[in-house]
Amino acid sequence: MKFALFTGCVAKGATRELMLSTTKAAEGLGFDFIEMKSASCCGAGVVSEKSPLLADALNARTFSIAEKQGLDIVTICSTCQGTLKKTEAHLNGDAEYKKKVNDILDEGGHQYSGKTRIKHFANILATEEGMARLKERIKRPLTGLKVAAFYGCYVLRPSENSDFENPDNPTGMEEIFAALGATPVYYPSRIKCCGFPIVMMNKTASLDMSGNALLDAINHGADVVATGCPLCHLSLDSYQPEIPILQKKNDSIPVLHLPQLVALALGYTPNELGMDKHIVSTLKINEILSAH
Amino acid sequence: MATFRIKRFNPEKQAEPYFEEFQLDIPSGATLLDCMNLIKWTLDGSFSYRMSCRSAICGSCAVKANGHALLACQRQAEHIVDNDETITLEPLGNMKPVKDLVVDFTPFWDKINKVKPYLEPGEAPPEKERRQSQEEFLLIDDSSTCIMCGACYSDCNVLEVDDNFLGPAALAKAQRFVGDSRDSQTLERVKELSEPGGIWDCTHCAECVERCPKPARPFDRIKEIMTVALEKGVHNNNGARHALSFFNSVKRSGNLNENRIPVESMGFFNIPGLLSLIPVGLRMFLKGKVPPIIHHSIDEVDDVKRIFKELDQ
Repeated sequence: MKFALFTGCVAKGATRELMLSTTKAAEGLGFDFIEMKSASCCGAGVVSEKSPLLADALNARTFSIAEKQGLDIVTICSTCQGTLKKTEAHLNGDAEYKKKVNDILDEGGHQYSGKTRIKHFANILATEEGMARLKERIKRPLTGLKVAAFYGCYVLRPSENSDFENPDNPTGMEEIFAALGATPVYYPSRIKCCGFPIVMMNKTASLDMSGNALLDAINHGADVVATGCPLCHLSLDSYQPEIPILQKKNDSIPVLHLPQLVALALGYTPNELGMDKHIVSTLKINEILSAH
Repeated sequence: MATFRIKRFNPEKQAEPYFEEFQLDIPSGATLLDCMNLIKWTLDGSFSYRMSCRSAICGSCAVKANGHALLACQRQAEHIVDNDETITLEPLGNMKPVKDLVVDFTPFWDKINKVKPYLEPGEAPPEKERRQSQEEFLLIDDSSTCIMCGACYSDCNVLEVDDNFLGPAALAKAQRFVGDSRDSQTLERVKELSEPGGIWDCTHCAECVERCPKPARPFDRIKEIMTVALEKGVHNNNGARHALSFFNSVKRSGNLNENRIPVESMGFFNIPGLLSLIPVGLRMFLKGKVPPIIHHSIDEVDDVKRIFKELDQ
């Protein structure tokens, strides 16, 4: 299975362990991910605050790059996924608008036809083919590890743009965890917002949002949280030591990127997946896996 | 037979709310509100909730069903039952329950009033009505459909942690006037809406879009206000600075410069804001999680720059 890999900015910056583990997970799964080096940032729903047309034109250019390669796009960030899907909906829902955008792209030699599909890494795995491939390549089942999904809201809402069957009660990530041999933990906050988009504007609210979600996961018995969004990871891991509600309870929980969890089951070592780069120690995960 | 698991609350009898279960055969095609009425009329007359039009017009009957806010009269009960043949009903969130499913809407209305939900034309009334073109009306058409049901307010992720946030309904209402061609106070409005608790405190989670029973889609309206605020030069706040820093980074290199954006969002003279970045910055530095110091452009960045130029950005 060959895909055009839209890395997003954060996987190559503040969460480089995501890029590292994605490469390993793809290798282990036999996926061919071709990095889109000339694709621009998705805009994260922020560029469109300034100019919605510009944001759509930049993303349409990205789609055109994949179309030239004859590939579907795979994303490893819920925010990128949601933002790209929003542009896709704008373009495919209005032929006149699509023409306007294509006219802007024309001089650069790009055109968007609507052929390329945009899929999050989780949605590639949570298919019959993805699951079968996953199951046959697992080398170290994650037996005994209780994993709580944190989806990242952009990949779920608006639901008309989501690839998850029931975005109010998705099961795709939990099905992946079960296929890896881990025990999925269902908890209400798994579909909530992590608060990251407002950490620069209203840090108190942002940290309360991430704190409530993490505490919910802990209270439901999770050993680890796994997320498909590097921005959620920044909120849940990098900011975790500052979260008041966890400080008060003297509690913490490691947070993995989805590809790290997958690659761990494929037999890669924690250090090969950059798990030593996390702010909250991930050693507990090794201990649980060693005990089983 | 379905089970209706209803959160009951009567402060005159019991301080804490509790769940009570009712069994009901859902009549074919019955709405959730029809079922609530059947429970009230045949099983327990003390069951309290708001309702009126039964046609998704008045916005009275919003409740939480299986954890999410919706209009009880707009959805068929058979479509809501979960795998255990159960519907769990609770009062709307982010507001205080008064009795059973009835909540106190005072903070909701206070915030609607705060955004001045009326036209400020700035000139004497004309002899006849104030006219708009079709194009001008389309800019406020969606926000005009809000029926003030409170579903978005109930499930707003920010309001769960911050009462100061104006919330999706009030901000959608604000767009109704920010975008109105007949209003004279656009700049004043977007200045006020850019204050803490306003547009920039929205976390983009689109929960409000999901719960809105009409085309109002509050988050989309909030984004429209953000665009107007940036156009009008209301930049002296972290949200606007964040948007501009992001925008300029993509313009320069095609991607995001993660080292610049926190500093530029806070503002170079915002000492407390800049100091607040130190703990997380230090933690990440010590773990080697700092983005590359020398920021690299994407391949073929000139084409991205061309698109910015072509769109006068």
